[in-house]
Amino acid sequence: MSDHAAAGAGHGATHGSLRTYLIGFGLSVVLTAIPFWLVMTGVLDSKLATGIVIAVLAVTQIFVHMVYFLHMNTKVEQGWSILALVFTLILVVIALIGSLWIIYHLNANMMPAGDMSQMP
Amino acid sequence: MSASAGGPGAASAAPVFLQLDEHAHAEGGSTMLGFWLYLMSDCLVFAALFATFGVLSGSYAGGPSPKELFELPLVAVNTSMLLLSSITYGFAMLATYKGRVGATQGWLVVTALFGLAFVGIELYEFAHMIHEGATPQRSAFLSAFFTLVSTHGLHVSVGLVWMVTLMVQVGRQGLIAANVRRLMCLSMFWHFLDVVWIGVFTFVYLMEMLR
Repeated sequence: MSDHAAAGAGHGATHGSLRTYLIGFGLSVVLTAIPFWLVMTGVLDSKLATGIVIAVLAVTQIFVHMVYFLHMNTKVEQGWSILALVFTLILVVIALIGSLWIIYHLNANMMPAGDMSQMP
Repeated sequence: MSASAGGPGAASAAPVFLQLDEHAHAEGGSTMLGFWLYLMSDCLVFAALFATFGVLSGSYAGGPSPKELFELPLVAVNTSMLLLSSITYGFAMLATYKGRVGATQGWLVVTALFGLAFVGIELYEFAHMIHEGATPQRSAFLSAFFTLVSTHGLHVSVGLVWMVTLMVQVGRQGLIAANVRRLMCLSMFWHFLDVVWIGVFTFVYLMEMLR
């Protein structure tokens, strides 16, 4: 998976520098300020559009934190860290999407006044 | 008797193969990966709590709704406290790698104060909500909200206890290899909690205000 075995002797984690920490902090401030500004001022008329934008910004900020603060890359621990991360993300996505999807349909079908003939 | 006499002789031969088989590990060499795996399992705990909140977030049971409860300026202040504590912990780690004990301790104190401010503001928010009758038992939405947000707050509180412990250890022993390793573990833990908070402020506070 990785041919960077030279770093294998000591701990596998990479260190940040002052520059990477400050870049990460700057990006995080911007990526935090924009969603708060969008929701508090209601600049975008559409709530759906606002929701999508802040969700995308949140995912972007999580990546920024992973790279600049947690120093995650494909070389850490010969790739085992990123493998564990990807596996965890798959589980998280299954748990979140699965729960929301199933319970949404359950709610729709259990609704007392709901028209059952409309259900798929 | 002969078996016990043969035991030590066999044992002295066996480790040669074992040690060749399991290539040599430096002390603490696998700590970082092990701690990362712990964080990933913690991630699954939060995923379950986020999923629960997502499912129950519309069930107010006639109780107060997010728009009546949440104060976004307070959440924004709280978010900046945690973000500032993340960068100051980063500065503490940079000082650690340079072997500066005083600077490390100083930045750890600053980080702990930001973390303390975060927990304090969160407790103030909870007290305010409970005072208005928005208790965890009021509705499914509030149960899920308090469970998710206070689990994160509890993690931060434990991180603060850990941080004070490390300050004492660094003060007594200096920046020995074991202490640097411990500081790196707490660094991962602290930045991980900031990552979880991104999910909390986006999907709990901001998204609920859009409803």
